[in-house]
Amino acid sequence: MMLFHLALKNLIGAGLRTWLNVFVTALSFFMIIFISGMYDGMRKHARQVTIDTEVAGGSYWHPEFDPLDPFTFEDSHGQPPASIQNAIQKQQALPVLVSQASIYPHGRIMPVVMKGIEPSQEIVNLPTHTLLEKTDGLIPVLIGSGMADYTKLKLGDTFMIRWLDVHQSYDADEGIVVHIMETENFKVDMGTIWIPIRKAQTMLSMENEATYVTIAKGVPLLNGTHNWIHRDIDYLMRDMEAMIEADEPGAQIMYVILLALAGMGIFNSQILSIFRRRKEIGTLMAVGMTRSRVVGLFTMEGGMNAFLALIMTIVLGGPFLIYFAIYGIPMPIDYTEMGLIMAKRLMPVYSIALLVSTTLFIAFVVLILSYLPSRRIAKMKPTDAIRGKIT
Amino acid sequence: MRKQIIFLLLCSFSFGQTDMTVEQILQAIDQNLYAKSRVLTSKMVVHGRRASRTIESKNWVVGSHKAFTEYLSPPREAGTKMLKLGDKLWTYSPQTDRVIQISGHMLRQSVMGSDMSYNDMMEDRPLTDLYEATLEESILIDGRDHWVMLLKAKEKGLPYPKRRAWIDKEYLLPTKEELYAKSGKLLKTARLDGFKKVQGRWFPSRFTYKDELKRNSKGTEWIIDEIIFDSDIPDSRFSKALLRK
Repeated sequence: MMLFHLALKNLIGAGLRTWLNVFVTALSFFMIIFISGMYDGMRKHARQVTIDTEVAGGSYWHPEFDPLDPFTFEDSHGQPPASIQNAIQKQQALPVLVSQASIYPHGRIMPVVMKGIEPSQEIVNLPTHTLLEKTDGLIPVLIGSGMADYTKLKLGDTFMIRWLDVHQSYDADEGIVVHIMETENFKVDMGTIWIPIRKAQTMLSMENEATYVTIAKGVPLLNGTHNWIHRDIDYLMRDMEAMIEADEPGAQIMYVILLALAGMGIFNSQILSIFRRRKEIGTLMAVGMTRSRVVGLFTMEGGMNAFLALIMTIVLGGPFLIYFAIYGIPMPIDYTEMGLIMAKRLMPVYSIALLVSTTLFIAFVVLILSYLPSRRIAKMKPTDAIRGKIT
Repeated sequence: MRKQIIFLLLCSFSFGQTDMTVEQILQAIDQNLYAKSRVLTSKMVVHGRRASRTIESKNWVVGSHKAFTEYLSPPREAGTKMLKLGDKLWTYSPQTDRVIQISGHMLRQSVMGSDMSYNDMMEDRPLTDLYEATLEESILIDGRDHWVMLLKAKEKGLPYPKRRAWIDKEYLLPTKEELYAKSGKLLKTARLDGFKKVQGRWFPSRFTYKDELKRNSKGTEWIIDEIIFDSDIPDSRFSKALLRK
């Protein structure tokens, strides 16, 4: 207790030097929590949007299907096995038929991925019911707002769609935009047109076939799916996770710079203290304080920087963190065009694990940086120290 | 009824001007257009909305399964090579020094932004093998006698299940073709002109393809500068190793 009082007294006695160190450490604290919270918020949002609009409870893929390789699309279709068919009939699963096509909006040619989906489905949050609209023989088409911007298509616009059927013969017909959906999931928007699955099956001569089947949330793993491959939510999210992880090192470099600044300040103060307070160190040792307790005193002084920084973060940064958690951070640009699922206002998520791990990490770094210079005290002779000598 | 009888008589008179049956006409077209092998130097003029690009290439083609193309100009495309073996196509670009495989659906995509697909350019199967023909009428175009013939696919899997051809009775070559989708939608038109006698057969020196689904498309011209039929092309010409050389 005496050490604690002594350390606090010495720390406050150092004045501006202490507060500068505390401020920089608090800034590190704030930035680490804030940026990590942003990334966690991004992850949570991307996961939620992907599950909501695309993945639901996972999928069963045709064995040839690879969504990242359009070459596989023409071979990746077939009738789902009986157990999956059964789930489809119970409306616990949603078949999607994928094929390549070309569209001619305003007479320009554009390659697209054409996806057939059940209009009355409620498994993924897409406004597919709009595909039930009467279109006088035209193919009803649902597109996202990103795709609408890119193709300059508006609601009610008609355009030509050209595709290859299962026998590799060209076919073409006119489509009409029945709805433009606002979605944050670029994967259901950019380069994709949605049409009713029955229509797609007829157009492609692939009756009752699908490329993948999305399972409703909460449906247990199906048995007897033959060679159809089960993909769980984590697997379907891995690309998005990888993109966020690839972006994180930039933020981590900033943490390191901020922590290095704070650490250098603390390290420098400790060295200066030991040099300037050598007579005090000698006196403390002369009156019976052991070397290890003197080292502990100086380490505690340094370590208390972290504690004060934590208080400063709570007092000065806390209101900002709470404000952003409630109202979000407006994003300067639309990241969906860059292939990221990100809200227009990003809501950071500060988990208990994040707060505890950040506090422990900074406290550990600061303690180590305080302890290292203090080790020199252990080598001092009290008589030399009182004389002002450092051996 | 009287009108129909007169029309039938006119038709029979018109078709009766030659002794050729529909099959014979198709065979004659095949004899002109198709060969066991072809080595040709050609220019592809892609007419864009603002400007036109000319791409010069040399092609070696054997039947319908083997084709090798080397682009000669412009400098940006020079050195680009393509090899087609069956339904697979490999392209080599000297800029990236990489060989990329294209297959299936991609073979139906346009070549270098033109109105021609890889298949349009490289497909070389006789019409008699692929289509069932019916003679629709006989008409005069620019003072020349033509048959109008409707061709329907004999087998599934042809890019164009239906086509209509206007065939010059003297050259026994189509001067115009309309290529239709399965639904009957007109997808492309092709015009053939500049017929020249090469190795005893008539052959067009210019093909003009137009994607009819594109609005304001000015089409793509494929100009044959030089062509040699039935020459012996060694198998090594169609090896992937040659793409990088």
